[in-house]
Amino acid sequence: MTLNQLKPGQRAEVKALHSEGMLGQRLVDLGLLPGEQVRYLRRAPLGDPIAFELRGRALSLRQPDAERVEVQIIG
Amino acid sequence: MADTAPPPVDEGIQVFRKPPKVAARIALIGNPNTGKSTLFNNLTGLRQRTGNYPGVTVYGASGQMPFGEGQEAEVLDLPGTYSLSATSIDERVVVDALLGRAGIGAAPNLIVALIDATNLTRNLFLACQLADLGIPMVLALNFADSARKKGIEIDALKLASRLNVPVVPIVAARDEGLDALKTAIRKQLDERHTMRRIVWPEPIRAATDLLRERLPKAAADTPEAQLRRMLFDAGPASVEAVPGNPDCIRKALKEAREVLFAAGLNPHSAEAVTVYRQLRDLTAGTVLENRPGKTSESESIDKLLTHRFWGLGIFAALMYGVFFAVYTGAGPFMDFIDGLTGAAQGWAGDWLEGAPALQSLVTDGIIGGVGGVIIFLPQILILFAFIALLEDSGYMARAAFLMDKLFGWCGLSGKSFVPLLSSYACAIPGIMATRTIQDPKARLVTILIAPLMSCSARLPVYVLLIGAFIEPLYGAGIAGLVLFIMHFIGLLVAVPVALVLNRFILKTPPQPFILEMPDYQPPRLKNVLLRMYQQGREFIVKAGTVIVAFTIVIWALLYFPRPPELAERETEAFIAERATQTALTPEQARAQLAEDADWQQRLDNRINHAYMEQSLMGRAGRAIQPIFDPAGFDWKITVGVLSSFPAREVIISTLGVIYNLGGDVDEESSDLRSALRDQTWQSGQRAGQPIFTIPVVLSILVFFALCQQCASTLAVIAQQTHWRWAVVSFVYMTALAWLAAVLVYQLGSAIA
Repeated sequence: MTLNQLKPGQRAEVKALHSEGMLGQRLVDLGLLPGEQVRYLRRAPLGDPIAFELRGRALSLRQPDAERVEVQIIG
Repeated sequence: MADTAPPPVDEGIQVFRKPPKVAARIALIGNPNTGKSTLFNNLTGLRQRTGNYPGVTVYGASGQMPFGEGQEAEVLDLPGTYSLSATSIDERVVVDALLGRAGIGAAPNLIVALIDATNLTRNLFLACQLADLGIPMVLALNFADSARKKGIEIDALKLASRLNVPVVPIVAARDEGLDALKTAIRKQLDERHTMRRIVWPEPIRAATDLLRERLPKAAADTPEAQLRRMLFDAGPASVEAVPGNPDCIRKALKEAREVLFAAGLNPHSAEAVTVYRQLRDLTAGTVLENRPGKTSESESIDKLLTHRFWGLGIFAALMYGVFFAVYTGAGPFMDFIDGLTGAAQGWAGDWLEGAPALQSLVTDGIIGGVGGVIIFLPQILILFAFIALLEDSGYMARAAFLMDKLFGWCGLSGKSFVPLLSSYACAIPGIMATRTIQDPKARLVTILIAPLMSCSARLPVYVLLIGAFIEPLYGAGIAGLVLFIMHFIGLLVAVPVALVLNRFILKTPPQPFILEMPDYQPPRLKNVLLRMYQQGREFIVKAGTVIVAFTIVIWALLYFPRPPELAERETEAFIAERATQTALTPEQARAQLAEDADWQQRLDNRINHAYMEQSLMGRAGRAIQPIFDPAGFDWKITVGVLSSFPAREVIISTLGVIYNLGGDVDEESSDLRSALRDQTWQSGQRAGQPIFTIPVVLSILVFFALCQQCASTLAVIAQQTHWRWAVVSFVYMTALAWLAAVLVYQLGSAIA
């Protein structure tokens, strides 16, 4: 499944990042690497973007970008 | 006087001034939201210079730091960045500045890397990239207090010995640890230790070697660290980083990256994978997390502030508060400044009574110009007090999160909301507020559409015309509706303009949208005041000078030529006219003129009118009237439009002069309103018909709603970006306003 399909509060492990170019590079620079854990926080009131927690920090991505982060629910 | 002129320096208004001689150059660098500006302010105080980096619209600051034994160090506050991989223009500026190529002086002697103690590993990623450049470094571990509160303990000494550079815990907001930091900086400038470097695995080393071999001769002595940057970085920066044939460089890069692919590495993530893996080992045993997984305070606050219902409600309430404060709160201060300007003009006018040209230059040109600059200060200061509060508290990132959907689709940013909203009061603070938007493209689009928002200077024009024509004909209800619609026309037009700019005009790709929402922090009064001071000063010094110069030029266009015979001729004509109307002899009329204040006033107005009509501006108005004919404007309206390009609200007093009422009228003046209603065409097929028909009135309203009639806004756009964009703003808005006015008039006439 992908990052944007998680429910609020769910934890997941990053499996793969199917994002090339600038966005992909920025995400890996921020430490969004396979094996890393994320926690889905919430969707913005207008439906986009979404917020998740990575390494103790709240980050936000737009839906189409979050779709490119493949994750697996844990716990 | 010197016998040789200094060489011309094309510095523009947005470039750093040349730094004074200093003992050392120190670059301050760190992730966004690590308290970098706070630390910078505390190290340098008010001794700062700010501006854009040469050639790019990236904002930076540099300042002087006392350095012991009477020495000074120059501190460069580089843009906040997560990484050196050049995915954004900010990051390229950071790399260029660190290599001494940004056009602001040599490479720094020392880097102070600001590390967020609550997010150690991610912040050390940037430090590792910096270490690769081989510049001595000191790590400042900020938010030591928040980390303790979160149950995170960092063994700074152990970390320092692992990384081979000093690690100094500080709390920038409370000035804690700054002495220790300065001591470490001084010591490090002597000892020049570099941070422990990443050990690159074999495939990366092989690829780097191959890249060096294959690059064109001109790039032969590229430093190793830069070769790696080229290898890892996506985007065009890699090719532009070194001299030589771009195709040749591209080919060399492709071959070198093949080496990585062959080893199962993706060039764009190879660095992150390597660095994060080694950082895990380097930091092992230095960080103690006592309460992992506990819901943080920030998260609880976010549950409310980004709530589906309450979040939007609180946002709307906050924004209303900001707007109300800027729009209404600034009023009394602006009236006070207006009063002071008027008093100064009166005083200078009396003093220069004997020299009319000089008197007019000083009162209308210089004092009017300076007053016209200072008048913007209250709104700027109030808005930036709020922006400082919104940014320092961490709320601005939430505002962007809430509003991204609404703005993102047409190329704006969620952070465009505050600048556009404040532009409804005045575009000047609004454009200055775009500083909060990191994506340069979204920032530029916001700057270009901000002047379309219906600012408070347009209101008098609306009130005058709607009050004079719509209200008497259609009643207060329709008049109110038209006034309401006028405030939305600009916004309505702004959306397609933003789309076109974003899709077709600005070719740079937008920055990837990754928004970090930092922990909430209580804002600090000192920072708020400093921010207000910096913005106010920047406006006065950089935009203010241009605005005053502009005002003087416009004054000259309206004042010259000024043949004294004209006044005499008008006086004679006036006396003759009065004499026939009142059945007096010319001598009696002349005697009455000497005593009758009302007559004198009328004569004054008549002379002012005559001078304006034959001034350079008046002649230009007559000459270009045919251009505005399709919009239904006669030459008088055209002169009014032309003379209000420096500041749209000037139209009211210009119309007063044009219609012989003097310049002291305001939009509520019944004389001016009836003068407008009485105007008829003097010649041509429309002769005898009223000039101000409903289609003409609507055409003027739309023209004023869309036109770029504000020299101060243009000066601020030039200062914040480049004069080129000020030209673009002027041309596109004026063309758009003309088109819309013609459309409204032609359609309106056809229907009527």
